[in-house]
Amino acid sequence: MKALQPWKIWLVIVVLVGAIIAALPNVFARDTVEAWPDWLPKNQINLGLDLQGGSHLLLEVEVDTVIEERLEDLVSEVRLALRRERIGYRGLGVRDGMVRFTLTDPAQAPLARAQLDEMNPLLPTDMFGIGGGREFTIEDQGQGQGRLAIGFSEEGRAERVRAAVNQSLEVVRRRIDELGTREPTIQRQGEDRILVQVPGERDPSNIKELLGRTARLTFHMVDMDASLADAEAGRLPPGTMLVPSTDPDDGVSAWVVQRRAELSGENLVDAQPSFQDNQPVVSFRFDNTGARRFASLTQQHTGELFAIVLDNEVISAPRIREPILGGSGIISGNFTTESANQLAILLRAGALPAPLTILEERSVGPDLGADSIAAGQTASVIGIILVGVFMALYYGRFGLIADIALISNLILILAALSLLQATLTLPGIAGIVLTIGMAVDANVLIFERIREEMRAGRTPLAAIETGFSQAMRTIIDANVTTLIAVLLLFEFGSGPVKGFAVTLAVGILTSLFTATLVTRLCVLLWYRRARPARLPL
Amino acid sequence: MQFRLVPDETKIRFMRMRFIAMAVSGLLMLGSLVALFYPGLNFGIDFQGGILMEVRTPGAADLGTMRGELNQLGLGEIGIQEFGQETDVLIRIARQEGDEEAQQQAVIAVQNALADLYGDEISYRRTEFVGPKVSEELLQAGVMAISLALVSVLVYIWFRFEWQYGVGAIVALVHDVLLTIGLFAVTGLEVNLTTVAAVLTIVGYSLNDTVVIFDRVRENLRRYRTMPIPDLLDTSVNETLARTLMTSLTTLLALFALYFFGGEVIKGFTLALIWGVIIGTYSTVYIATPILLQLDLRAIGAKAEAKGGADKGPAIEGPGPARRGKAEG
Repeated sequence: MKALQPWKIWLVIVVLVGAIIAALPNVFARDTVEAWPDWLPKNQINLGLDLQGGSHLLLEVEVDTVIEERLEDLVSEVRLALRRERIGYRGLGVRDGMVRFTLTDPAQAPLARAQLDEMNPLLPTDMFGIGGGREFTIEDQGQGQGRLAIGFSEEGRAERVRAAVNQSLEVVRRRIDELGTREPTIQRQGEDRILVQVPGERDPSNIKELLGRTARLTFHMVDMDASLADAEAGRLPPGTMLVPSTDPDDGVSAWVVQRRAELSGENLVDAQPSFQDNQPVVSFRFDNTGARRFASLTQQHTGELFAIVLDNEVISAPRIREPILGGSGIISGNFTTESANQLAILLRAGALPAPLTILEERSVGPDLGADSIAAGQTASVIGIILVGVFMALYYGRFGLIADIALISNLILILAALSLLQATLTLPGIAGIVLTIGMAVDANVLIFERIREEMRAGRTPLAAIETGFSQAMRTIIDANVTTLIAVLLLFEFGSGPVKGFAVTLAVGILTSLFTATLVTRLCVLLWYRRARPARLPL
Repeated sequence: MQFRLVPDETKIRFMRMRFIAMAVSGLLMLGSLVALFYPGLNFGIDFQGGILMEVRTPGAADLGTMRGELNQLGLGEIGIQEFGQETDVLIRIARQEGDEEAQQQAVIAVQNALADLYGDEISYRRTEFVGPKVSEELLQAGVMAISLALVSVLVYIWFRFEWQYGVGAIVALVHDVLLTIGLFAVTGLEVNLTTVAAVLTIVGYSLNDTVVIFDRVRENLRRYRTMPIPDLLDTSVNETLARTLMTSLTTLLALFALYFFGGEVIKGFTLALIWGVIIGTYSTVYIATPILLQLDLRAIGAKAEAKGGADKGPAIEGPGPARRGKAEG
């Protein structure tokens, strides 16, 4: 009986008992498990969004917008610099992704270049001092004709994109946190994408609305002298712009406001929904700098109108009745309680550097999730019973041993998924059911081999020994091939399909353990007691 | 109370059937290829982009009214079908012209139209939207995964056995993959992300089956040195027949439980797997093994033997069961 080494018996016992303890939390409600003493494992299997309900959104940061805006800013900077140095130029503007202009006097090219070089920022270096190039490249196009072009350097562009995506990630996180949902996942994906997963949210349109706005808030003085009619006909006073109004109380469809923003949302420290004269409003507070600027602005312009602009729309244009020195104010506009609340959230969380596009959306309601869990459980139980009964009928006593292995396998899978904190999805449940069918394969291989060995005239014990060792090689070969397919599935699959790959892979590995150790142990223990002259196989 | 699926010792002449089997398989593969173009695959939103909604209405859903209402929105092709039970409806909206924003507008338009019909009493069980960018990437990833799977198992078989076995295995796998895709084309079953999972699982399963028989062929080559190859292949298949059928049966039992009780969402996935298990088992016996006939197995066996053999591991390790001396602990 050399095959019955005590350490193997102990290994099986320890692993199985450990697995039962690790799988136990899944049988109880979450609240019950929370109350357990600390030394017990409390990890429950993570349910995927398709099982617990929730929303999955894949967003793309429109980085082109960021790049374009930066180039537009650069145009103003270049204009200022050239004027300051009295360098004549013409045709300054953004064309084909570069800021271009032509010098009136090509001889001034070196002077112009010096100015441009000065405003070409150095990029930050990483911890090894690598990087640190310039943000832009400056080219002199057309020999000696003074045609200059400024564009992003490769690193400059990458750095911009990186910063914009990081900032977007941060803003998205703050906005989602404001919803107060449990355990949202917000991750960067690839270069310019953000994955948002929010469990349990019944209506994803709520989240989409929250993420669908850049929420850039700016304060502008209204040009009191300009006539709206002129402006709409395209005759705007220099340095002003026409912005449509969303507040019907304004009595006008649009406002002519100064291009320059006096203050912006970045100066806010807080925003809350509240009520004024029974109307929903948003109250806000400036930081120190903002408060000082707001105070001097309201002192200088008492009696005039200023416009509060959100994403290129005037949401309110109140008159400054008296200087506001306390650094806080109220935005009243065409709000409902809900939209006031939403604006407050957006202002608190800050503006997105660029709009977000929804590339993919998958939301599952909690009731469908619950239905799927119930269906998965029913299918698993029926699957186990069918396979178990079939094995017992076919292999008799040995079939019962295979059934013990089958149940151990199931416990091991649940334990492994709980410990790994892997996510169980609906295809994942299918993976478990499939494993139930396929895991008995190892036992079938072993038993069939033992039958053959008996037919070849071996004694029961020899037949068992040879059966196991001969079948083992085949079992490993056969399972490695399945594992290869499963690994690829994990690598290329997404979401729920990944969950299928995980359970199938775990199931294959645990079935190797149960088939080789658990089955073998049971067979040998039984044999030692019964000592049959013929195996009942 | 025990029973046998097959008698203990069968002597079925599988190899004799090989020409019939190959003709049948050839025809089926040809048919699958044709079906791939006509009627073609019914790609779901994962690979084509578009919108899918599963809604539950308060009573039995009136599909006609819903169809009429939604078709007025001018969103192009809208598919409406009952899903599992009469209160549940699956709505498919084809990918909209334009960018991602246009798709979102369509979702909102449909939700508004349904709200007009049912008010608050309609519940959205599932809303899925896949934009053109992502659907293209998913399709690429799916094709990539299946191709890589075929290549890597070929390499594995090559490494573990000899190249002849690799050829047999890969032809059988291509056969299985093609027939599975054919099933999708002929039945119009939706091709989505889980289809890729199903195909890869079938690849794994079918190979598993093939490896078991090849293992036995390799063993028998050493055991019966003078037996003609066709007889030897027949013997190998016969010896493993009980196991082949038994494993297919238990897997099918589990899959049928899943098909009938696992819910509407994964029915297509399960159906593909059931089909895959059946053709995977068939192809192992009638495609993978007969191909070994065309390749000179005995030569490689002899070559490995001549090398005196520590290199290929199991290919030359240990005698067959009848002559085996030591038992491993």
